[in-house]
Amino acid sequence: MSAADKAGKKAAEKTGKPGSLTLGPVLFNWPAETWRDFHFRIADEASVDSVHLGEVVCSKRQPFFEKYLAEVIERLTAAGKEVVLSSLALVMTERERQDVSALAEVAGMLVEANDVSVAAALAGRPFVIGPYVNVYNEGSLGYLAGLGAVRACLPAELPAATIAILARQASVEIELQAFGRLPLAMSARCYHARSRNLHKDGCQYVCGDEPDGMEVDTMDGKPFLTVNGTQTMSYHYLDLLPEIGALRRLGVDRFRLWPQSCDMVAVAELFRGVLDGRLDGAEADARLAELLPNVAFANGYIHGRPGNALVDEGLATG
Amino acid sequence: MSAETVELICPAGTPAALKAAIDAGADAVYLGYRDETNARNFPGLNFSRPELADGIAYAHDRGAKVLVAINTFPRAGQPEIWHQAVDDAARLGADAVILADIGLCAYAAKTHPDLRLHLSVQASASSAEAIRFYHQAFGIRRAVLPRVLTVPEIAALGAAVPVEMEVFVFGGLCVMAEGRCALSSYVTGQSPNINGACSPAAHVRYIEKGDKVISQLGGFTINTFGSGEPAGYPTLCKGRFEANGKLSYLFEEPTSLNTLDLLPELIAAGVTAFKIEGRQRGRAYVSAVVKAFRQGVDAIRRGERPPAFALDGITEGGRQTSGAYERSWR
Repeated sequence: MSAADKAGKKAAEKTGKPGSLTLGPVLFNWPAETWRDFHFRIADEASVDSVHLGEVVCSKRQPFFEKYLAEVIERLTAAGKEVVLSSLALVMTERERQDVSALAEVAGMLVEANDVSVAAALAGRPFVIGPYVNVYNEGSLGYLAGLGAVRACLPAELPAATIAILARQASVEIELQAFGRLPLAMSARCYHARSRNLHKDGCQYVCGDEPDGMEVDTMDGKPFLTVNGTQTMSYHYLDLLPEIGALRRLGVDRFRLWPQSCDMVAVAELFRGVLDGRLDGAEADARLAELLPNVAFANGYIHGRPGNALVDEGLATG
Repeated sequence: MSAETVELICPAGTPAALKAAIDAGADAVYLGYRDETNARNFPGLNFSRPELADGIAYAHDRGAKVLVAINTFPRAGQPEIWHQAVDDAARLGADAVILADIGLCAYAAKTHPDLRLHLSVQASASSAEAIRFYHQAFGIRRAVLPRVLTVPEIAALGAAVPVEMEVFVFGGLCVMAEGRCALSSYVTGQSPNINGACSPAAHVRYIEKGDKVISQLGGFTINTFGSGEPAGYPTLCKGRFEANGKLSYLFEEPTSLNTLDLLPELIAAGVTAFKIEGRQRGRAYVSAVVKAFRQGVDAIRRGERPPAFALDGITEGGRQTSGAYERSWR
């Protein structure tokens, strides 16, 4: 099939399809039982199409929830959700390399590569490109599609103009981060441990103390960032509810909700409502603000502005 | 690898710095064009095409190499700007190009099969599997390692990859995995990956308040200095912030990487090339640092330890760290 045929086919497929919702992997260190019960409720009640499972941030956390992984997969699958296994984002140690190799061997499930090494290991079978892999242009997206990528969740900092070009040209499904604290940076160093005068090796798992990350303020008391172990995230929650209609018209197929400790079933319902055309974006946005009265929202990146900005003009799709 | 073959890779932010680095003993310099195709896209820096041609002639006449960094991620819809950058480097006789983007690697490998490709630190290839991918897919010959690995991890990596390894030995220190940090764009809209700029000066403000000076980036306070305290540049990850009621340099102190003492261990780990950061630095700085590391490498060749060298005066905040090379940094 030629590129033009593919694009034509894709455009035809998109018309009439309501757009899909993904629940991203839990990025925080939640108690294993909380993690299990959270996903049980998602399976039973949340109107999301796909659910990602797996440790992305710190390999030291993985053993905790692993014991519940099989039953969570079973419950989600039984509820008709597509389950995707997400890989670690920063692969350094021998142990981490082995974990990644094992993940690439898992049969019968879609795997999300959050590091180039994982994409390489998955080459030749269908896989998902995670937002931690640098896909900024049609050249890299095309190359990864050639390896077998079927879906790409794009990096957070891309503006709508870039997303439109990728969505128009890509033969893969285009997914965008649409809700929750944005992953902004990864490090070998654990800042959660460092904030308590500890090192990563003897971290005492202090990242588990804050279910939505540790708030970082400027010296004059302005909320700024969030630390989640080795990951640095935004303080603001991304919220693209008002932009969803425009982004669908630009060719975005899917929207990712990052799990926070709030009522994610209710959050998903608002996004589902907009995707299905039952709810207006602005109306859903107002309801989200009521649901999360203490949360500061941002949407700057999609408007080509600093990521922390909150822009309330509509998104141009011309 | 051995001390006999290890190369000293030095920053050339300007034609003057290129000459200073080569005169001080650089085996190679790295540089970028005066545009968004490289990760040090700052006003007043970098090379026009004619300046690059002159720089290559100056280097080659003295037995030194020129490596051209084209290590931002091409903007969708405009890959030709980055393609042209690679084409011009090849045409002008650059010894290698330093790339980060998968699509650009594919273009360079296909269009210029004889051009030597180095993988930029911005590609964040931190494992043998990642580096082997870039080698097998695009024939990259050297990888600049992200500043996240310990010396033993580098040694294990070296044994498992069929390419040369280049590591940072001195200068400004990214504490985040390079190429995977959107902190600058979150605050300023300008990112290393897209614009080639981190914490850009156009978004910096210094505000005097009583006897204090407040440094801000994109409207966020990054640090506050008392009277008489020199107000440092507000690089986002080197600021003072508050978490759980405690004020600290949460990510990293204002400090410079200095691994002069670690050079023998890095050579033993299989490192082929030592990279000095600092394309934004002036001639005097480049000359002093290159001389110190030239003497260090030459001492190791004679079977001696690198001599202690007074680099304190030119490190950021007067402080030094060996960074991620020591496990306790994590």
